[in-house]
Amino acid sequence: MKLVEVLGTGCAKCVKTAESIERVASELGVDVKVVKETDPARIMEYQVMSTPGVAVDGKVVHSGSIPHREQIVSWLQG
Amino acid sequence: MLEIFTLLANWLSYDVIGLSPDTRLGASVHFFIEDTTKILFLLVAMIYVIALIRASLNLERVRAYIQRRNRFAGYLFGSGFGAITPFCSCSSIPLFLGFTSAGIPLGITMAFLFTSPIINEVAVIMLWGLLGWKFTLAYVVVGMAVGMIGGLLLDTLRGERWLKDFAAKAYQKAAAEVEAGTGTIEAPDAPRLTFSERHQFAKQELAEIVGRIWKWVLIGVGLGAALHGFVPDNWFAANLGSGQWWNVPAAVVAGLPLYSNATGVIPVMESLIMKGLPVGTTLAFCMSTVAASFPEFVMLKQVMTFRLLLLIFVILLANFMVVGWVINLVGPWLMVGH
Repeated sequence: MKLVEVLGTGCAKCVKTAESIERVASELGVDVKVVKETDPARIMEYQVMSTPGVAVDGKVVHSGSIPHREQIVSWLQG
Repeated sequence: MLEIFTLLANWLSYDVIGLSPDTRLGASVHFFIEDTTKILFLLVAMIYVIALIRASLNLERVRAYIQRRNRFAGYLFGSGFGAITPFCSCSSIPLFLGFTSAGIPLGITMAFLFTSPIINEVAVIMLWGLLGWKFTLAYVVVGMAVGMIGGLLLDTLRGERWLKDFAAKAYQKAAAEVEAGTGTIEAPDAPRLTFSERHQFAKQELAEIVGRIWKWVLIGVGLGAALHGFVPDNWFAANLGSGQWWNVPAAVVAGLPLYSNATGVIPVMESLIMKGLPVGTTLAFCMSTVAASFPEFVMLKQVMTFRLLLLIFVILLANFMVVGWVINLVGPWLMVGH
């Protein structure tokens, strides 16, 4: 199972990002756990400065915007 | 070129709606139509053009750039990049920690965050359209000065002592590494963008920014229009005093509980100035409304102790007052040619 962390201190875009990842995952039938990470210290460890950021299994794959559908698909299937 | 919007407003409010320019309502409606059409036109055109240019600017590059500056250039660059770097206020905390954990001094990071809400392309475009270039220039200088002086004071008072523990540790570690010459961040290469990628970015920015601010433009211009039509000329001078020293602190205090972004407050400023409120007093009010925002302080509480927040608050207020007094002294020059 993949662990997807959405990094952000509670902005509206972060919520949308988490939702769209969950939606794409259920469409594709991929088993994921989506967590909204709001702890500033943890976000700092990931060195993400523009939120929302996305980390898949502990590795940052995206930051600064709501990801496109194709990007989400590639993370989930990669 | 911008007279076309005055003509449009003349035609719509006097000929189509049939209002008289001499009535209060007529004056308000005219102000509203002229300013909303002019501002929205300028915004759409300029946001697109500016976004084309800054498509390859990102926070990681800005951070690496600032980190390599010496301390005093740091305040200038921190504040300058705060003005031009696109970033959402909901990213304040990650940005703050990203800078801090790269060993960038607290004051320089705060210079960035202080200036960021005050100066942005939307504010500059609106000021230029409504109040002319001299005033715009003064606004930019004042906005950057508030950031730089605020940052410098914070560092002089060693504000970093009062960061929350985890942030203070990250800063000390990184600062020691930078000192030793091992912690310098490599600037990521500028992404090479084709014109069509830039166009895509600019289109998204345009939709995002206009989608976010159009309400503010309407509210701000609406308030400005009401003031314009219904408050008699020189009402402020007659009732609130015309530039006694205490007007400025009073304006700063009045602006505190109000929270707006620059977009909403600028049309109001235009009206206040036209009604005879001194320019410096108006600017002090505006800065206090825009830059000292309660939501921002709540956010910063996650990385700062109460003591540091209080210090920042006091520094900001003092800055706004100095700005008001200084600009009131040079004010008459600013409005020449308006």
